[in-house]
Amino acid sequence: MRMPFTRANIHAFAEWTTSEPRSYAATRRGWLFAHRIWLLRRLSQTLVLALFLVGPWYGIWLAKGNFASSEILGVLPLADPFIFAQSLFALHKPILLAAIGVATIVALYLLVGGRVYCSWVCPVNVVTDSAYWLRDKLGLTRDRKLDRRTRIWVLVGALLASFMTGTIAWEFLNPVSLLQRGIIFGIGAGWGIIAAVFMLDLFVTRRGWCSHLCPVGAFYGLIGAQSLVRVSALQRTACTDCGACFKACPEPHVIMPALKGKGTHLILSGDCTNCGACIDSCYVDVFQYGSRLSPKHAAPEAYINAPASPSRMPATAAATATAAE
Amino acid sequence: MQDNNDPVKHALPPVSGSAAQSENRADQRKSKPLPAPKGNAGKAATGYSRRDFIGTVAKSAGVACIAAVALDQYIRTARATDAKALRPPGAINEEEFLSACVRCGLCVRACPYDTLKLATLGDPAALGTPFFIARESPCFMCADVPCAKACPTGALDRDIADIRDADMGVSVLVDHETCLNYKGMHCSICHRVCPIRNEAITLEKQTINGRAMIIPTVHSTKCTGCGTCEKHCVLEEAAIRVLPRSLGQGKAGRNAAGRPLTGHGQLKRDL
Repeated sequence: MRMPFTRANIHAFAEWTTSEPRSYAATRRGWLFAHRIWLLRRLSQTLVLALFLVGPWYGIWLAKGNFASSEILGVLPLADPFIFAQSLFALHKPILLAAIGVATIVALYLLVGGRVYCSWVCPVNVVTDSAYWLRDKLGLTRDRKLDRRTRIWVLVGALLASFMTGTIAWEFLNPVSLLQRGIIFGIGAGWGIIAAVFMLDLFVTRRGWCSHLCPVGAFYGLIGAQSLVRVSALQRTACTDCGACFKACPEPHVIMPALKGKGTHLILSGDCTNCGACIDSCYVDVFQYGSRLSPKHAAPEAYINAPASPSRMPATAAATATAAE
Repeated sequence: MQDNNDPVKHALPPVSGSAAQSENRADQRKSKPLPAPKGNAGKAATGYSRRDFIGTVAKSAGVACIAAVALDQYIRTARATDAKALRPPGAINEEEFLSACVRCGLCVRACPYDTLKLATLGDPAALGTPFFIARESPCFMCADVPCAKACPTGALDRDIADIRDADMGVSVLVDHETCLNYKGMHCSICHRVCPIRNEAITLEKQTINGRAMIIPTVHSTKCTGCGTCEKHCVLEEAAIRVLPRSLGQGKAGRNAAGRPLTGHGQLKRDL
């Protein structure tokens, strides 16, 4: 008789699920180590949706509405700031409740990191992460290059279109809203748009949607550039240059200044989603979450040697400085 | 850090000093000269001139404009609302509604019946917006209008005083050929189920082709467009239907399209 759940089989399966960038850490520190923050993120994404689903499923009304606007425990209003901004551009006069909801959300993400929405809340992240994982498994390398600033211009375009049409323009096709709303209220033929995003990320462009096109992420990125919790390359002197963090990271350009620069240890770019893929994939514990205000993380130890180094050097400049050293 | 076999450096854009500088020299040939790299490493290594900057801004602004125009056109097509879909009670007019509704579904949750839905792809309303189809489930006209009170954005009027003030559309007896009352029968189901009984729909005695009939007659000032009549019409396809007021109602006055006001001497003089 065959035994599918033997220890060896489980090990083999765990090894098979591990993507290449995480395999460095997985072989040296174990599967759980290399997926610890990833597991927490999936748990967080599930729990946020569950919060909205236990109501319709079991009659336990913890949260009503969806991510666009909601009511938590019958009191606390929450509202999506990007949708709110478009509504303003469409010349709708907001009511106080919506403004309170938006302020609460903006304050929350100013605290935990703007694009924490992307990596810890948004269900499309699961779709695009899966596409990225499958790319790795299938060895697909085709990558139609897109400028990562495209999303900023899609954002500007969405605001312009809101003004021109007098509607909340991006919501007419936003896959991010569509998926969470679809899961909570029923998705119907909306799966088509989600499938299109998956295909884009799998076959056309590496991390095409979340890291290049999505204006929702771009908007949260603007908040993230100022937010308190940031990833810190505190132990960067321990870096072995294995490259795992760069390969695991959905926005690899954000790592360079903190890891290879002489300035702050913090990853300050708003593009960073605080997803912790770098923390998971680093087997020598270079990265950890830190606070923007903590001197330990913010202060560059190298300041003593090179006081003139700017603290927010562009990636290539930082690298040049490193190489010229 | 000096190790040239370092995999990180191979995986990323050129980082060695010489590569960055040669890139910079190439840049100098085709555009304005930049200050020497020494002492201004940040600026030099990016090799980014004013011309590049203006080019990028122009290109990006172009992309934004194309995105805006494309989205604008798409929305103009998409928001042509289907007459089948009705908005919840208290909805502000459709133009403003789409600037206010964030598609959160709080009205759907507040609805005690299975009436309100959020539109998904293929539904007869703009993606994610709340609607109902009267023939499937009409608005039950809750006295306290919980759906409107739940709206966090003002897309539904939270201060609506009475459900009878709601204007979801207007009921119209669209098909005289199939309506049983027009065949001389006393079906009158639409009249009997109407929640604003004997006010929104009355039965009017008429003599048609020498036969006495009672004809269900909608009074648009009383009708809220709840759709109960449409839901209960006994025919396979309802002879009475709720339509948006713009489709369902006429308006007294001159037909501007049918009779040109200018370019016709006779009419102009009459004016």
